[in-house]
Amino acid sequence: MIQINNLVKVYNGVTVLNIGNLEIQKGESFGLVGNNGAGKTTLFSLLLDLIEPTRGFVKSNGIKVNESEAWKPFTAAFLDESFLIGYLTPEEYFYFIGELRGQNKADIDTLLKKHEDFFNGEILNKKKYLRDLSKGNQKKVGIIATLIGNPEVIILDEPFANLDPTTQFRLKKIIKELADDKNVTILVSSHDLAHTTEVSDRIVAMHKGEIVKDIRTSEETLKELEEFFAV
Amino acid sequence: MFKQFIRLEWKAFTRASSFATNVAIKVFMILGALYFGAAFLLLGVGSYYLIKEELHQDPLVLVSKFAIYYMVADLLIRFFIQKIPVINIRPLLVLPIKRGKIVNFALGKTAISFFNIVHSFFFIPFSIVLLVEGYDPVNVIMWHVGMMALIYCNNFINILVNDKDWVFWTVAIILGGMGIIQYYSFFDITIVTSMFYYGLYSTYYMFIIPVAVLAGLYYICFKYFSDALYLDTGLKGKHEIAQTQDYKWLNQFGVTGTFIKNDIKLILRNKRSKQTLLISVMFLFYGLLFGSGAIEVYDGPMWKIFGGIFVTGGFLFTFGQFVPSWDSSYYPLMMSQNIQYREYIAAKWWLVVVVTVVSSLLATFYLYFGVEMYLLILAGAVYNIGVNSHLVLLGGAFIKTPIDLASSKQAFGDKKAFNLKTFLLTIPKLLVPVLLYAAGYYLISPQAGIAFVAAAGVLGFAFRNKVFKMIEKVYITEKYETLAAYKQKN
Repeated sequence: MIQINNLVKVYNGVTVLNIGNLEIQKGESFGLVGNNGAGKTTLFSLLLDLIEPTRGFVKSNGIKVNESEAWKPFTAAFLDESFLIGYLTPEEYFYFIGELRGQNKADIDTLLKKHEDFFNGEILNKKKYLRDLSKGNQKKVGIIATLIGNPEVIILDEPFANLDPTTQFRLKKIIKELADDKNVTILVSSHDLAHTTEVSDRIVAMHKGEIVKDIRTSEETLKELEEFFAV
Repeated sequence: MFKQFIRLEWKAFTRASSFATNVAIKVFMILGALYFGAAFLLLGVGSYYLIKEELHQDPLVLVSKFAIYYMVADLLIRFFIQKIPVINIRPLLVLPIKRGKIVNFALGKTAISFFNIVHSFFFIPFSIVLLVEGYDPVNVIMWHVGMMALIYCNNFINILVNDKDWVFWTVAIILGGMGIIQYYSFFDITIVTSMFYYGLYSTYYMFIIPVAVLAGLYYICFKYFSDALYLDTGLKGKHEIAQTQDYKWLNQFGVTGTFIKNDIKLILRNKRSKQTLLISVMFLFYGLLFGSGAIEVYDGPMWKIFGGIFVTGGFLFTFGQFVPSWDSSYYPLMMSQNIQYREYIAAKWWLVVVVTVVSSLLATFYLYFGVEMYLLILAGAVYNIGVNSHLVLLGGAFIKTPIDLASSKQAFGDKKAFNLKTFLLTIPKLLVPVLLYAAGYYLISPQAGIAFVAAAGVLGFAFRNKVFKMIEKVYITEKYETLAAYKQKN
């Protein structure tokens, strides 16, 4: 589904990302782990064509993301709060995204209904703008919004951060469900090794912009990762 | 401790993103500051002799007479632009610093703001001239102290009423009302107030009043902030009660309708963007200066079309200029969603056009000044819709200033909005219609001038698709740069 070819990003002479070759299969649940500055967000930004690659390219479903925009209809992402529109209520935001993705109000309402427990009664009909919600609640809105319109590629940067324990469990359930769907390729980055191993069937560890580990998740994965990151 | 604070402030100042722009803009800023300083200085020295020579009145009496308007106008300007730096003190709360010190610092910081200093440029030279001209030195100094105390009173009043819109409107309406009443000589408020302002000079005790008021205000501010120095009280942002809006009738316009819906919410729910509406209303009345004989130079025919363009163009210029910067805080979302640039641009264009049309309908009251006046405004509106709406959007594509929607203080004098390309684009926006009108006016007749401008507007309409394509191209080629620029918050 996603092909990365000799992708290099250089800022002021410092190489922050250098990935020779990486292929993510359709339907794969892909976990990305690494310390701060490992290049996780840079990689995701490159996948979404939000920053320009210094060299190399990313292909999504055969489309070079920095040359065509045809990847946008089947891709959804939530990287940070700049993916939210602060002056909208959560409902308005969902409908807005829905309209851009060709969904009608009823489709959105069904989706929201389905994830009612994920919102934990703190999001809908609260008469609050997104800018006035807490960080965790904002994240909930952003994550559910990526599910609108049945995208084939979903990219979530640090989705577990800022979420309360109960919501983390619920999110894991949602991601696992998506992972079971063979049409959906889901990419999740995290600092939390346990969460990532639980929801991903393939884990890539990055360090200083390079891929240092690429493993199929198994019983020993968590241990292996913990050993790798322990100093 | 204060030394630390001051060091922090200095860093905040020199490292502000607006300051870290290129050298050319810095030079412009410095020149601008010097210009204003010099203008006030000249005003301070010159006004004494000007009043004396031209009006044959005692300058001190006259200045005292109109001081009330000066003070109230100052308050209004402050209300609009002076920033109250309370949020910056959040990180200091948990450090081992006494609360009183933090509050004193935050309040003291406002005292050295430009809005206070600039008045010294007028009052100090004016007072010096008074001394030179042989006014009683002690009285002059007391007058000066009293006046400066009043300026500082404004400073603290502004802090107390900051962000309360109704106060602004009440004061503005009272000021306007006073002016009208005085203009039609029903009642002259300055007779009462000048007793006080002149009293600062003529008596030995009056100046104590403003000084005492100032001390009182400082105490109230101090108390207010000391009590409110908690994240959930004084330092909390405002939370409004949100209402979900559908605007279903816009659904028939497809994705363009979706964007328009969003833009309406953007404008109505954010402080900064709400100002564009206010400004467009103000511009609606701008034409009154032309042809009504209020200002002599403005009676020239070339100026009239200039005014005509602005009457309906207020929204167009203030809103259109910052497309797509209005969407800067969620630009990554827009860039990763399935958005056709064309529909996005078209939505903004329609919004600008609709407001321009509404403005020209509201401007029908200009018929009072004759049909020709209104025709002039209509020609301006046609030119605005046909030519300027495109140019303004094209210019906006080059502006990469992130807009902080929540703050209203940025609207005036946004330094980064200055940009050579946008500057060059103002020439066809204003100069071309003026020249066209002049050509018609002097070569054929005033009506021909109006027809020329309107014809140019209609002609410009034909290039709509071409310009949209150009804007699209700019959006695409500048995409990464724009994203990076928007990432830097002010």
